[in-house]
Amino acid sequence: MTRAARKYFFLASAILLAAVFWLGYSALPPAGHVPGHYGDRVNAVVVPLRHITDAVTAVNFDIRGFDTLGEEFILFTSIMAVALLMRRRKERGGGDHEDKAGNRRVPPPSDAVRITAVLLVPATVLFGIYMVTHGQITPGGGFQGGVILATAPVLLYLAGSFGQFRKVAPMRMVAIGEAIGAAAYIVIGGGCIAMGGNFLQNLLPMGKVVGSLTAGGIVPLIDLGVGLEVSGGFVLALLVYLEELVEEKEE
Amino acid sequence: MAAVGRRGCTRGFRGGFTLTPLQIFILLFVAAGATGVVLTRDPTSQAIVVSFYGFLLAIMFFIFQAPDVALSQIVVGAVALPLMILLALARVKKQQRQHDKSR
Repeated sequence: MTRAARKYFFLASAILLAAVFWLGYSALPPAGHVPGHYGDRVNAVVVPLRHITDAVTAVNFDIRGFDTLGEEFILFTSIMAVALLMRRRKERGGGDHEDKAGNRRVPPPSDAVRITAVLLVPATVLFGIYMVTHGQITPGGGFQGGVILATAPVLLYLAGSFGQFRKVAPMRMVAIGEAIGAAAYIVIGGGCIAMGGNFLQNLLPMGKVVGSLTAGGIVPLIDLGVGLEVSGGFVLALLVYLEELVEEKEE
Repeated sequence: MAAVGRRGCTRGFRGGFTLTPLQIFILLFVAAGATGVVLTRDPTSQAIVVSFYGFLLAIMFFIFQAPDVALSQIVVGAVALPLMILLALARVKKQQRQHDKSR
């Protein structure tokens, strides 16, 4: 395509885009005006019926639990695809994966980085566990907490070596944990059928105290499962990427 | 923000409200951040800029009273996504080097 033709093509598309954008924009409701009633209904129903104080978690893991199941398996499938794309390397016989680059070209991390990262690891783990377990009370939940937990081994890698990453998060354990987390969702849903309800119908006792850790029936259970699945999935993705990159230094 | 908070967010939102200066401020920042991401040409620095942009988006969600979404945005947009981009870039560069060597 010549330069002039490209310019006319851009101008035509830009005008078209501006027209479509203006059409859509002119029909938008004014700022802050919500035409739907879903939010109001959910806010009114969640605390008395489910004894949970975070409406978003209640929507995610109970009211539209089936949609979240799909979302979780999108993550599960994409992690699987990443692991599958990276597997070629291992078939050639990887051998010892330990990072020996520390005393070669790459200098070891400075003391400042090491101390900061090492101090951050327990805080990160604690915050991640808090986020997963308090999903139904305060903002956050299994997904957010899971990713926070997955950053803990990365901090260890920053402070030390990839060998330490592998020691705290061995591939087999991480993969099994991820699978258990993903399976938990389906098992809980099936359990609801076994108890005589529909798939993922919240039949467990809601708990006496509104906003306690165990209130909400199946919600905290699903929350824990999602936390396990997400943290496992992200660590697994990091493992397969880093394994590939760290090996390169050893060649 | 304060006015909306006093009236209770549901009622305040239902009646329609004007954007507070803080909200306009963060919207402008997000627009500037997005432009910055597009104008950064080097993929490696773009990964860092997109991380900063993700953080801006999280602040925006927080200001618009969506703390759950803000938390997801921080962990995904500011941490996980740039990390994955950097790792993927490193892997692609490595493949290119191997390709050049074999030629």
